[in-house]
Amino acid sequence: MRFIIPLGIFGILVVLLAVGLTMDPKKVPSPLIGKVAPAFTLPVLHQQNTSFSPENFKGRVWILNVWASWCVSCRAEHKVITQLANMKLVDIVGLDYKDDPADGKRWLQQFGNPYTLSAVDIEGRAGIDWGVYGVPETFVIGKDGLIKHKHIGPVTEQALYEEILPLLKSLI
Amino acid sequence: MKTLISIVLFFSMLSPLQAAIEFHQFKDAATEAEYKQLIEELRCLVCQNQNLAGSDADLAKDLRQQTYDMLQQGKSREEIVEYMVSRYGDFVLYRPPVKSSTLLLWAGPFALLLFVLIAVMYRIKKTRKIEEPELKDMAHAHDLLSGKDSAAGDTK
Repeated sequence: MRFIIPLGIFGILVVLLAVGLTMDPKKVPSPLIGKVAPAFTLPVLHQQNTSFSPENFKGRVWILNVWASWCVSCRAEHKVITQLANMKLVDIVGLDYKDDPADGKRWLQQFGNPYTLSAVDIEGRAGIDWGVYGVPETFVIGKDGLIKHKHIGPVTEQALYEEILPLLKSLI
Repeated sequence: MKTLISIVLFFSMLSPLQAAIEFHQFKDAATEAEYKQLIEELRCLVCQNQNLAGSDADLAKDLRQQTYDMLQQGKSREEIVEYMVSRYGDFVLYRPPVKSSTLLLWAGPFALLLFVLIAVMYRIKKTRKIEEPELKDMAHAHDLLSGKDSAAGDTK
C-alpha cells in the first residue's frame, strides 16, 4: 500500500520521459505554416541577369529547397530531391543559401541539378525571412501562395513518400 | 626574451577569438542596453541551448546584426521580438509568453510547490497527533509528579 504513491510518481515520470524521447528538439515548428510565402527577389544562379521571386510561381504548387555547397547533409538529401524532380510533378526551386555562386555552380555540376532554377541568397536575408536555421530545409507552397509544409533537415525517402508526395497529390 | 616571445605568441593566438566579436556603434546608451538585453533573451536556433549573445554560429551572427540594424532604424523592442517570433516561433524566446500551450511551463513549478506544501503539512499534522500524549497519560504523569501514586516507582 505504501508503495502506491512512489510507484505512481515513477509511472508519470516514465510516461513524460518517453514522450520527451520521441520528440526531436532540433525540429522547431515553423510559425510560417499556413502563412503567405515571404517575398524576396534574388538573382538566379545560372543567369545572373534574371531574378526570381516567389510571386513568379503564384497559382502553381512548387517546392523551395534550401541548400548550399558547404552543407554536408544536402549531399545526403540530393538523390531524394533528384528522385522527386524526375517525377516532374512540381517545380523545385533551390535557394542557394549563404554560398559563393561559383561554389554553388560547381556543386550542381558535380552532383547534378534537380532544380528548375536556383536563387542565390548570399547574405542569407531571404533565409531569415523564411525562418531558415538548419540547412537543408524544404518548403511546399500551394497554389494560393501559402506555405503548406516545412521539412527541416535532409528529406529522406520515407519523408518523401509518406509526407511530401501525399501532400503534393492533394494540392495539385 | 623567451618570456616576451611567449607573451606575443599567446596574444597572437587570442586574435581569432577577438575577430568573432562584432563592434557596434550605438546612438545612445539606452539603445546599447536594449541590444544587450535582446541578444541575451533571444535563442540561437542552431545551438539551441545558447542565446544570440553567447553563440558563435553563423545564424546567430546574422540575427545579432539584424537586431542591431532594427534598433538603429529606431524599431522598438516589441517590434524586434515580433520580427523574430513571426519567423522562428516562440522557441526563439528564452522567456516564452503565457498562453494555453505554455501554461504548464509557467504554472507547473508553482503547482508542484503547492502540492508538496500540502503533502508536508498533512504529514506534520499526522506526526504531531501521535506525539501528543493522551489525556489519561497526562493525569497519570501528574499523579506521579505530585507523589500520589505510590504503586509506581520508588517513593521513599
